[in-house]
Amino acid sequence: MTAFSLDILLFALKLALVFFVILTLAAYLVFAERRVLAWVQDRKGPNRVGPCGLLQPLADLIKLLTKEDVVPSAADHWLFYLAPAMAAIPAILIFAVIPFGAPLTIYGRQLPLVVADLNVGLLFFLALSSIAVYGVAIGGWASNSKYSLLGGIRGLAQLISYELSMGLSLVPIVMLSRSFNLTDIVAAQERVPFIVYQPLAFIIFLISITAECKRIPFDLPEAEGELVAGFHTEYSGMRFGLFFVGEYINIIVLGGLATTFFLGGWHGPLLAPVVWFSLKTLAFAFFFIWMRGTLPRLRYDQLMHFGWKVLTPLALVNIVVTGWWLALT
Amino acid sequence: MIEQAIFYILAAVAVIGTILAITEKHPVHAIMYLVTSLFSMAVIFFLLMAPLVAAFEVILYAGAIMVLFLFVIMMLDLGHPEQGMSPGWQTWWPALLLSTISIVSLVVVIISHRAVMAAPAAALSIREVARHLFQEHGLAVELVSLQLLFALVGALYLGKQPTGKDAK
Repeated sequence: MTAFSLDILLFALKLALVFFVILTLAAYLVFAERRVLAWVQDRKGPNRVGPCGLLQPLADLIKLLTKEDVVPSAADHWLFYLAPAMAAIPAILIFAVIPFGAPLTIYGRQLPLVVADLNVGLLFFLALSSIAVYGVAIGGWASNSKYSLLGGIRGLAQLISYELSMGLSLVPIVMLSRSFNLTDIVAAQERVPFIVYQPLAFIIFLISITAECKRIPFDLPEAEGELVAGFHTEYSGMRFGLFFVGEYINIIVLGGLATTFFLGGWHGPLLAPVVWFSLKTLAFAFFFIWMRGTLPRLRYDQLMHFGWKVLTPLALVNIVVTGWWLALT
Repeated sequence: MIEQAIFYILAAVAVIGTILAITEKHPVHAIMYLVTSLFSMAVIFFLLMAPLVAAFEVILYAGAIMVLFLFVIMMLDLGHPEQGMSPGWQTWWPALLLSTISIVSLVVVIISHRAVMAAPAAALSIREVARHLFQEHGLAVELVSLQLLFALVGALYLGKQPTGKDAK
């Protein structure tokens, strides 16, 4: 086997592994959410399918795939079909730039544990997260229903507002690590993770990513009490499932990014790098679920005011302070 | 070879997307075509070893400007724009003049500049771009940012709700 084909084989294996792990993890996150929420609310949760209910995601998948695919007669068919994919694909693609472990050495060749080591990795993430807006907006608009449209418009406004504070909260990270490359950012945190230097940026980023993946307390686009299910009201079967899985992939990916930017990525004592990365990422996922069980939903004007009048100015001040601090030391 | 094939596919997508964006009567569909076109443009920039330009193309054009267009279209129900009045020749001539100028200059450029510029071998680093932008063209950057500030203040003034005395 030539060196070139070995490289391609290793790369394909890595890609398949990443896909498999993320999709499985997303499915099991749905299950974990139901169990943890049940635990928070003092009930049992799904525990019938398989041991401890562990086969529940599989049963859900079969159910969703065999359900009728309903399209409202007045809907815009093409965009209605496309929207769930537009919501799920950018979320998976973002994972391409996240380094999830220390480089491995197999048969004497280095195998970096990141799919694409782009030198504009951070901008790639911002670009794809701004594309993810379309899934929500188009899904809401194409359904041709007033609840969906309201959910879509809310989602659009919320996502572009919180994208701003999310991007601004990452500027100090770039200033500290002097690179947009995620591998370099992880390498810069070998001794001290950036959360120590940038606690404010971490809090702003955490709040912004909660809003970006539309979780409680920021789940206004799908607020059940007011909008039935918001932008995916009219979706059924696996198209709804794709929106759903997209949301959970988003949780994993954004948790992984928070780990990479603030918690030192795969660095950690004793345990293997991949294990550290998974633990930190899953801790974020647990945090999101915990928050859903604890907090009430914000009102829409509170959401907008909080984003534009609190988070964005704070992030700007944080950039200026970091600049002065870097100039003086 | 593979890069060339990818380039031609992307170029075709960009051109067809733009043409469809112009001819499409439905504003939301037109926006989706334009976003597709911008996206393939971004990948073309990436092929030309300019990942920074590619990222900004997606963040700014596809991710910010087009999203705002979509937002405005979704907020304001435009009804049936295809039944609107089509512009007469008085409104057409500035557009015709400008498009004639740009087409003529494009033809001149194509005829006079035969050599195809090869893409640089290595991707341009962000550090290098930033150094050029803020050291050599610092004044221009400042002027552009001032212009954006003027636009912002102007938009705030236009969008300001009349209060108190002004309302009457």
